[in-house]
Amino acid sequence: MKTRLMKGNEAVGEAAVSAGCRHYYGYPITPQNEIPEYLSYRMPEVGGVFIQSESEIAAINMVYGTSSTGARVMTSSSSPGISLKAEGISYLAGSELPAVIVNMMRGGPGLGGIQPAQGDYFQAVKGGGHGDYRVIVLAAASVQELYTFTLLAFDLADRYRNPVMLLGDGLLGQMMEEVEIPQDLGDDNPPGKPWAVTGCRGRGRNIINSLYLDPHKLEAHNRKLQEKYKGIMEREQRFQEHHTEDCELLLVAYGTAARVSRGAVDEARALGIKAGLFRPQTLWPFPNRGLKEAARRARALLVVEMSSGQMVEDVNLGVQCRLPVHFYGRMGGIVPSAGEVLEEIKRIEGGLA
Amino acid sequence: MKVIAKRPESLTQQAFHYCPGCTHGIIHRLVAEVIDELGEGGPAVGIAPVGCSVLAYEYFNLDMIQASHGRAPAVATGVKRALPDCIVFTYQGDGDLAAIGLSEIVHAALRGENFTVIFVNNAIYGMTGGQIAPTTLPGQKTTTSPLGRDTVLSGNPIKVCELLATQEGPAYLSRVSVHSPAQVRRARKAIQKAFEVQRKKQGFSLVEILSTCPTNWGLDPLKSLEWLEKEMLPRYPLGEFRTPGGEENGSL
Repeated sequence: MKTRLMKGNEAVGEAAVSAGCRHYYGYPITPQNEIPEYLSYRMPEVGGVFIQSESEIAAINMVYGTSSTGARVMTSSSSPGISLKAEGISYLAGSELPAVIVNMMRGGPGLGGIQPAQGDYFQAVKGGGHGDYRVIVLAAASVQELYTFTLLAFDLADRYRNPVMLLGDGLLGQMMEEVEIPQDLGDDNPPGKPWAVTGCRGRGRNIINSLYLDPHKLEAHNRKLQEKYKGIMEREQRFQEHHTEDCELLLVAYGTAARVSRGAVDEARALGIKAGLFRPQTLWPFPNRGLKEAARRARALLVVEMSSGQMVEDVNLGVQCRLPVHFYGRMGGIVPSAGEVLEEIKRIEGGLA
Repeated sequence: MKVIAKRPESLTQQAFHYCPGCTHGIIHRLVAEVIDELGEGGPAVGIAPVGCSVLAYEYFNLDMIQASHGRAPAVATGVKRALPDCIVFTYQGDGDLAAIGLSEIVHAALRGENFTVIFVNNAIYGMTGGQIAPTTLPGQKTTTSPLGRDTVLSGNPIKVCELLATQEGPAYLSRVSVHSPAQVRRARKAIQKAFEVQRKKQGFSLVEILSTCPTNWGLDPLKSLEWLEKEMLPRYPLGEFRTPGGEENGSL
């Protein structure tokens, strides 16, 4: 297996190329600029297309166009830019077009800041755009996962004809780590795309559309989408566990917050506290089944996020409100330290004793 | 028996939903005829806007995409970059292209994207019920300028061909009208030329077509044609603003 030292953002770019993506459209915004910068020279090397668009809105609509032709396509941005893409993401979902959208989150709201944050959980998981739609959301916690989840994102997008969002944050995008380049780059047999718009010759015409003026037809379209989402919820829940087998205090965190929490769990264990970590790798679908199982011996949960606690309600639903769910978070671009989280663990542990 | 008129292959059997006297139908037909003629010129993909022609995907017998409001040129960019040998066109109204989508049309033109834009200018928002458009004439009454467009309050009408002609990106820019049979024939020639420019991979082509909106202008179809000629032509002069050969304002 080949290993490479890679920066998070560049790992996303290279993995996209490995996944057969030959079209990238994006607009500069910190802290994800290395993705367009990398692809501006990498795409031409492989005969691909790179366009720095005039706006995030244009970029997501270029994605819409290329995806309509059946080609793999990606865009990336950071928080405020994702807000601008929200309309386009709703259209992609409505027209059932596969696409990969990367969000290297920064602090908000508004222009916010450029330091790592996780304040876009609601936007990514609950919608962001208009209408009853879902986006598959993958949350990476390392440069390795940025690479492998980018590969996975393209496969899931094609398999379900649905946009997939890869969530990282300013820290993951900027850090360098060793990456094992997998031999298996994904689906050997990606689904065909008989629906694609290619200029019809020798077949019936194809239409890419999300407009249904007849409410009965629109409801039927929505029901079909909901059926698809149900299948995704059934099949695509992903998570990782650390010391959950006997834990009494279960931490739940994703992305950078999960890295910090893992350190805090290890320190707590050294102190004899039975702490564990449950790390969702898919935020939608939220890994309810895994969480319920991981929390079976727990007496309390602690959600750690770089936000005001946007994931807390999903965790509450996951354990069906049967256990107390505590929260510790920092906002504005501040990454909590393992020490801070450990203090919180000790405080909760004290209450349990 | 010799066939002298028939439905173009590039139109479906679907009846148009357009209002009586609206010239979208004529323009659809012209575009379809020209695409038919391209024949071996290649397969085609059309991109429908948001506006009166939102249902264009029902009418063009081609692979079609319905785009979000104003973004058809970005969608067309994504299609053409993936299918460089496919004929690609957008069909957009004035609100779609010249208000909400101004950025997308300007930047597609600046990049010299090799697709064709059919830009229908009827000086009003038709589908939403007759509100002021970026192309509405000074003094023209609309549902959101009930006393007539006051340029101090709501600005001046935009001249898209003239605006784009100040830039180096576009290969072909032309403004035509469909208010008389002679003008319809000229419009057809301009559309032919635009698709020819694309087929030769010469770059971005746009044909602005002055069109009527009897319903929202509050005029009957005939009076609408007269109004177009009398009121719109002085503000929006016809002609070529850019050609690949450089012979601007050439006659069609």
